[in-house]
Amino acid sequence: MSPEAPARPPPPRRNSISFSWLDGLLLALVLGAFGYFVWRTQTVLHYKWDWSTVWPWIIRIDPRTGGWVPNAILLGLATTLRLAVWGIMLAAVIGAVMGWARTSQRLLPRLISTSYVMLIRNIPPIVFVFVFVFFITSQILPSLGIADHVTRLSPEVQWWLSVLFGPTNRIENFIVGLICLSVFTGAYVTEIVRAGIESVPRAQIEAGNSLGLTPFQVLRDIVFPQALRNVLPPLSNQFIQMIKDSSLVSLVSVQELTFVAQDIQISTQRVFEVLLFVGLIYFLICWSLSALFGKLERDAIRVRG
Amino acid sequence: MSRDGQPMIALSGVNKWFGTFHVLKDIDLEIHAGQRVVVCGPSGSGKSTLIRCINRLEEHDEGQIVVDGITLDEDMRNVAAIRREVGMVFQQFNLFPHLSVLDNCVLAQRRARGTPKAEARERAMHYLARVRIPEQAAKYPAQLSGGQQQRVAIARSLCMEPKVMLFDEPTSALDPEMIKEVLDVMIDLAQSGMTMICVTHEMGFARKVADKMVFMDHGRIVETAPPDRFFAAPASERTQLFLSQILSH
Repeated sequence: MSPEAPARPPPPRRNSISFSWLDGLLLALVLGAFGYFVWRTQTVLHYKWDWSTVWPWIIRIDPRTGGWVPNAILLGLATTLRLAVWGIMLAAVIGAVMGWARTSQRLLPRLISTSYVMLIRNIPPIVFVFVFVFFITSQILPSLGIADHVTRLSPEVQWWLSVLFGPTNRIENFIVGLICLSVFTGAYVTEIVRAGIESVPRAQIEAGNSLGLTPFQVLRDIVFPQALRNVLPPLSNQFIQMIKDSSLVSLVSVQELTFVAQDIQISTQRVFEVLLFVGLIYFLICWSLSALFGKLERDAIRVRG
Repeated sequence: MSRDGQPMIALSGVNKWFGTFHVLKDIDLEIHAGQRVVVCGPSGSGKSTLIRCINRLEEHDEGQIVVDGITLDEDMRNVAAIRREVGMVFQQFNLFPHLSVLDNCVLAQRRARGTPKAEARERAMHYLARVRIPEQAAKYPAQLSGGQQQRVAIARSLCMEPKVMLFDEPTSALDPEMIKEVLDVMIDLAQSGMTMICVTHEMGFARKVADKMVFMDHGRIVETAPPDRFFAAPASERTQLFLSQILSH
C-alpha cells in the first residue's frame, strides 16, 4: 500500500427516487381509468362475475377412475408451451440459416432468403396461416402419411411423442401449426440475425481469416456469438411475439390455449372470466421468457467486462 | 526454413486497384527467412495494402506473390496454407471480445490445426508468458489496456507458430506509455530470429531491429536500403523529405 492519505469515501448520494406533482397526476389518471372500467363492468354492462365455472375447466375428476386429470385449459396450455418451445428452436434455426444467406456473397442464397423475408413480411399473418395450411401443407402432408407411421410405433415411443408433440391422433395438425408458426416467425428472426451479423466489425472476420480459420469457422466461432449478443433484445421481443402469435394457429384447429378458450366461452357463456384467465396465462408465459432473456442479456454484459 | 536460398516471401510485378484508384504499382520485393523488414511511408502510400496482400486479406490484381514456395492464387487451399504460415497483428488489435484471453489464443489452434485442448492451452500460456502477461489469461479483452491487448494479439498469432509475422501499424492506436511494452515484445521476437514485416512509424525500433527498410509513396516502392544507409544517406529526395518530417521532433 502507498503511504499516502487513506482513500477518501465517496460523498453521500442524493436520493434518486422523487415524486413530483406530475407523477401524482399520472397515478391519478391510471387509477381513475381503472376505476371507470370497473364501474362500467359493474353497473352499465350488468355483468355478473362468476369465476367458479372456470376452475373445472382447468382440472377435473375422471368419473371412471375418480382421480384428478387435466382439463381443456391445461391441455391447451400444454399445446401452447409445445408450440412455444419447438417454435423458438425451429424459428431460430431458420433465422440463423436465412440470416446467414442474407449476408452471403453469393447471389442465389441471397435471392432465396430475400424473397422469403419479403414474401412473409408483407402479408398479414392470418392470410399467411390460411394460405400456408390450405394450399401448401394440406397438399404435401397427407402424402407423407405421418399419422399412419405414428400408429405403427411402439407404445413407449408413442408416449414420448405425445409428451413432445401432444396427442398422437392430432400430431399432423400440430406439426402443420408448428411449421406455419416457425416459418412465419423465422422471417422476422432472419432480419434480426442479418442485423446482428452486420453489427460485427469486418476486422473480426479478418482476424479470424488471418489465423487460418475457414469461413464456416469464422461464422460459427467469431461472428455468430458476437451477433447473438448484439441482438438479444430484439430476439427476445420476437420470441415473445411468437408465443402470442401462436394463438393464430387456433384458426386451423390446433387446440392450443386460445382455441380451448373459445370453446369454453361458447359452452359456459363466461366470456370475460375465460378471456381474462387465458390472458393471464399468456402474460405469465411471456413475462417468464422476457425475464429469462433479461438474465441472458445481463450475463452477456457481465462476461464482456 | 525456406528452400535452398529461395526467398520466404517474393512479390513480383504486383499491382492492385481499389476501384479506379491504383493503390499498388509494380511492387517487387524479396524477403528471406529471418529477415526483419520495416515498411514506412506517408499515409495512403499503400504500405498496409501491401502486407495485407501477403495473407490475402486483400486480393492483388496483377503479378505474383509466393510465400514459402506456395503461390497465392484463386485456390482457397493455397490461401489457407499461407495463412497458417503467416501471422498478423493489426493496428486495432482485433481480439475476439467474447472470448477470454486464453481462449483467444486457443481457438485457432484447436480449429485450424486440430491441436488437442491441453496442448493448445499449454502453448497459449507459453506465449502469454513470452509477451509477459500470463496472469491475464482468464480476463476478457475489454478488461485489458491497449498495450496488453496488443501483446495478447501477438501471442495469439505466435500460438499458430507462424514462419512469418506481419505487423500492420501495431503501435499506432496505443497511448504513448504503452508503445514501449509492445515494441519490447517485438524486439524480443526479432532477436529470436522471426521473419518479420512491420509497417510502422517507430523509427527507433526500425533502427534497432530492421535488416531492410522499405520506403513507399503513392503505391510504389521508392527506396529499399539497409537501415544505416536509409537513415544516414537516403538516396531519394522523397525519402529525405519524409524522414526530415518524422524525425524533426
